[in-house]
Parts: sequence; C-alpha cells; structure tokens
Amino acid sequence: MLNLFGRSQSRDVAKNRLRNVLAHDRADTSPEFMEHLRNDVMRIVSEYVEVGGQGVDLQLQSVEDHVALVANIPVKQLRRRGRQGNN
Amino acid sequence: MGEVIVITSGKGGVGKTTTTANLGVALAQLGLKTCLVDADIGLRNLDVVLGLENRIVYDLVDVVEGFCRLRQALIRDKRLDGLSLLPAAQTKDKTAVTPEQMREVTEELRQEFDYILVDSPAGIEQGFKNAIAGAERALIVATPEVASVRDADRIIGLLEAAEIPPARLIVNRLRPGMVRKGDMMSVDDIVDILAIDLIGVVPEDEQIVVTTNRGEPAALSHDSRAGESYRAIARRIRGDEVPFAEMDEPAGFFSRLRRIFGQA
Repeated sequence: MLNLFGRSQSRDVAKNRLRNVLAHDRADTSPEFMEHLRNDVMRIVSEYVEVGGQGVDLQLQSVEDHVALVANIPVKQLRRRGRQGNN
Repeated sequence: MGEVIVITSGKGGVGKTTTTANLGVALAQLGLKTCLVDADIGLRNLDVVLGLENRIVYDLVDVVEGFCRLRQALIRDKRLDGLSLLPAAQTKDKTAVTPEQMREVTEELRQEFDYILVDSPAGIEQGFKNAIAGAERALIVATPEVASVRDADRIIGLLEAAEIPPARLIVNRLRPGMVRKGDMMSVDDIVDILAIDLIGVVPEDEQIVVTTNRGEPAALSHDSRAGESYRAIARRIRGDEVPFAEMDEPAGFFSRLRRIFGQA
C-alpha cells in the first residue's frame, strides 16, 4: 500500500525487511537446513539430468527487496527420459 | 505439581520483567499459587518492578550455594495471597548458577506452587540457558518492531533445539492507532512471520510507567488496559478459552467520528 506521498507504508516495509532478514537467519542458524535442501534438490534434479559431480552451488541471496534461492548445478548430460519416462 | 514457564524475548527492553510481574499478579488473583523467579543474575530488576526491593534477605545464588534454604529466600507479597518472589543476586554474575542448579531449584518450587514464572535475561548466553533449563513451557515477548521480532525468531529456534514445547507469543506495546495508519506491524503480521500461537496482546499503556514507578504492577488495579490484557493472558495460561478483544483505541470522540465515516 502507498500513502499520500507515494511512499510505501512503514508497516509493509518492516514486514518485507523482516522476511528478508529471517530467511537468512533461519538458513544460517541451522547448517542442516541448507544441507537438507541441497540434498533434496539434487535428488530430484538428478532424475532429469546427470549432474557433473562437484561444484554444486546452492544459496539464498538477497535480491533488492526479496530473497532468492540461487542454484548453479553443472550438468554432464540430460537423461533421455525424464522421471516419468514419457517425454 | 506446578508448571515452570519461562518468559523470554532475546532482545532487551521489550517488557519481559514487566510481563512477568503482571502475569504473576494476575495468576495469584485467580487463586493460583505463583512464584516468580528472577534469572537475571547481576542485573536484578523484578524486585523493583514488584515493589519488593526492601524485603530481600537471601537470593537465588545464596540458595544454590547452600547459604540458605529455598524457603528462606522466598519473599511473600503481602498485597496478594499466593504470590512469591525468588530474587536474583545483584553482585554475582551469570556463571554463579548452572542450568543443572536452576533445574533443581525450579523442581523444588514445583512441589509448592501452581506456576513458576522464570524471568529470563536478554540475550542467548548462559543466563538464557539457565532460565530455560527447568522450563516446561515458554512465553515469548515481542514488540511490533523489526529487531524484536527478529530476535524472537532466533529464540524460537533455540527453544525448539532445547526441546521445549512450542512457545506462545505475547505482542507487547501495540499501538492500534499506528497499525491502522499503516505505521506499525499488526499482531497478524507478527504471528504470520513467526508462525507461533498467540497467547495475548498488551497495548501500549502509560499506566505501566506510572505503576512501575510506584512498584505496584498494573494488574493489581482495575483501571489499566494493559492490566486487563495481563489478566486475560493469565486465564489463557490456566487453560481458559478467552476471546481476543478487538485491539482498538478508546472510543473517544474522534475515533467514533472516524468510524461513522468509515475510516476507522
């Protein structure tokens, strides 16, 4: 919501800043969190592509006013059949 | 057997001690035997908020060091039957007590009281670890500010790690007028972000300053809005279903006018 002068209301600004900072805090405070996330993502991804061993990079990044999950996964080759085996 | 509840927040200055004092008063008013434990060793405060500072003989550290028996260190509040205080030491530091000793003290108090409220120090260091050591339940106090909610989130994580059942939230110092104008986070905003259950909302109330000056917690008198909120929280602690009152400004002339014109 914008106020009369076109600035967003401080309540909304506070909420967004909090969401942002908590996304980082929560990932930081439990290293297992990122580890679990990485493992699960890799499990699914490797059903579609053959992942190129080392160098998998997965992190939470602040992008302007939101948090992004950024993944950089080296691919050796695509699997001919996806996980359902029908494409 | 009584129940041990820790009152904590992470951030300092959000009203933990005031909350502890007032919930103690409100629980005692319900006829429940309640003991307040000041776990902030070296920065004793709960005694002055309760107005019991002149009656301290022994303290928590004297108890754990064996200088006195637990019973001798307890101060009975003469204004209210069933309310007692176990004061912190003012001259020692946080390392004077271990979590194990704290657990023993609260365990002994459970034999005699219905509720033991432990006022945690700010921070996440040893003082906090002591405060949660014997706790079976936790109440988290947060004000509608970014820093306070952030610290509350950290505390929730630490309580989970310590395997204390899900904490419940007290939103303190809410200013409903500012929320309506979009200048303060609402209770829903905070509950949504922290993803924990709410147990009460305490509005900003000048009476808190006045009653704290006098050492007479607001819940003792019936003309404070904050005091009313504390009484509702005390009943929810006991397990009563108490509906959450609409947090509104007092129905003054202008707010009624605003409502008539649909802007409230």
